[in-house]
Amino acid sequence: MSNIPYDDPVATIPAVEEKPGSPSAPRRMTLNMGPQHPSTHGVLRIVIELEGEMIVKAIPDIGFLHTGIEKQCEFTNWAQTVTLTDRVDYLSNLANNLVYALTVEKLLQIEVPERAQWMRVMLCEIDRLNSHLVWLGTHALDIGAMSMFFYCFREREEILRLKEMFSGQRMMTSYIRPGGLALEAPRGWDKAVSKFIKQFPGRVDEYENLLDSNPIWKIRTQGVGYVSIEDMLDLGITGPMLRAAGIPLDVRKTEPYSSYEKFDFRVPTRTENDVYSRYRVRLEEMRESAKIINQAIEGMPGGRFIADVPNVTLPDREKMKTQMESLIYHFKIVTEGYRVPAGEAYQAVESPRGEIAYYAVSDGTSKPFRLHMRTPSFANLQGLPTMLEGTLIADSIAALGSMDFVLGDTDR
Amino acid sequence: MSQININHPAVLETVYALGETTLIADAAQIVSLCQHLKNSEGFNRLDSITALDHHPAEPRFEVVYHLHSVQPAAPASSIQVKRIRIRCRISGTNPEIDSVFGVWRSSDWYERETFDMFGIGFRNHPKLIRILLPLDWEGHPLRKDYPTHGYKYSYKGGE
Repeated sequence: MSNIPYDDPVATIPAVEEKPGSPSAPRRMTLNMGPQHPSTHGVLRIVIELEGEMIVKAIPDIGFLHTGIEKQCEFTNWAQTVTLTDRVDYLSNLANNLVYALTVEKLLQIEVPERAQWMRVMLCEIDRLNSHLVWLGTHALDIGAMSMFFYCFREREEILRLKEMFSGQRMMTSYIRPGGLALEAPRGWDKAVSKFIKQFPGRVDEYENLLDSNPIWKIRTQGVGYVSIEDMLDLGITGPMLRAAGIPLDVRKTEPYSSYEKFDFRVPTRTENDVYSRYRVRLEEMRESAKIINQAIEGMPGGRFIADVPNVTLPDREKMKTQMESLIYHFKIVTEGYRVPAGEAYQAVESPRGEIAYYAVSDGTSKPFRLHMRTPSFANLQGLPTMLEGTLIADSIAALGSMDFVLGDTDR
Repeated sequence: MSQININHPAVLETVYALGETTLIADAAQIVSLCQHLKNSEGFNRLDSITALDHHPAEPRFEVVYHLHSVQPAAPASSIQVKRIRIRCRISGTNPEIDSVFGVWRSSDWYERETFDMFGIGFRNHPKLIRILLPLDWEGHPLRKDYPTHGYKYSYKGGE
């Protein structure tokens, strides 16, 4: 690494540094973790400087999964951009669809039918379960609880089947679109969802029993990965991490969107502020999500699944067969895309990882002028050095996993 | 969201649209404005920093800050939030603005990202290097004059 022509943050640290003076002084060692390390859940590279077993310095190196989605958005029209938002956070794509749809609806100033809003809430909560299950399975796997992974992925498979039932896709659903939903919910959706959600709280108890009765799990997670509340707010950390520190910041409660104010749920918080409390918060969130889904199934309003705005939302298939105007609108929307009035909008929603916010700027044409994605993984990952510095190298995996970042979300 | 009034010499204009408050501010006084917003108005979180490229108009760039205020409210378990946006126009030739790293530490990566994508310099940033793209990358992709097609590596392999 001698002739690097640019200012590499990593190259400047020598691999092993002998401290001058006493021979017994601890040696500093630089350890490269990732980008292919299995515990980084993606392609994150962390350069760790060690003194003995203590982490003195941790430098995250991101960008391995950068795909230029924000640039791509400027070259696709407002309707096509939905499919790109799926790819940002591939574990909770419906939250990304939703925040994009809400931002565009804010610019267009259109009202979404109540049925679509409730359906969105239900699907986003199903997606929250999906994301938390993947997190719980892989995080426990990292720490050594192998069987958790199989339990969690058993339920996740059912969730993916539900998503496939709704949209035809298991992961990249693009089901939530500006104006409402892509399709009417399939026949028998309520039976399928309620069958799944009835047995789900029992499954959460199962995870809880499996992990909480395991002394190794507790030893490895309790008191690990502390970040002070002041640091969290200063560093922009949101989501379960902040709630495990005692601040009940949840966009669903503080700035309700998509009729979340009509649902009865709690924002679970803890005060220990360690890896264990983050696990407890996520476990409680799964139970709360199950409650929200139950309420949504029971009280699902009737009506349209997409707003009837002729020059924005696609017309009904049946109308297109009989009405000339509908056919023309369909043709115009599909070929040119719809125009969005000039302006700017910022909309935040609560994704499983924290606050996700899109900033859309329109110049009045059919393509976004700028779409900035404020993603929770990027913001949370910024707190990694603060969390790791001063802890033991053996705790780094547990601490890292408790952040629940997705590298697609970080690098976009 | 309700309207928010900010009295500070750096605020050139306040715009209310779609329920959001936007401050058009003087780029030279951004740090003092941010300090005022954090200390006197309670905006204790910086949500994001990004930029807009108005190529070929001049001043070309606009740096956009989104702030978030998270304060404990009357019932102990609830909190009150406010949001505000700041926009600063800066010139296209040698675009530079002061870093707000001294106000919120979360600005570190956002400023690096904005530098990476738009080539906007942030004065007094602790280490302004690329974050998402490789360190030896040429150009700044989110500029409007950066192509999406036709760019390729000149392969110099085999040497």
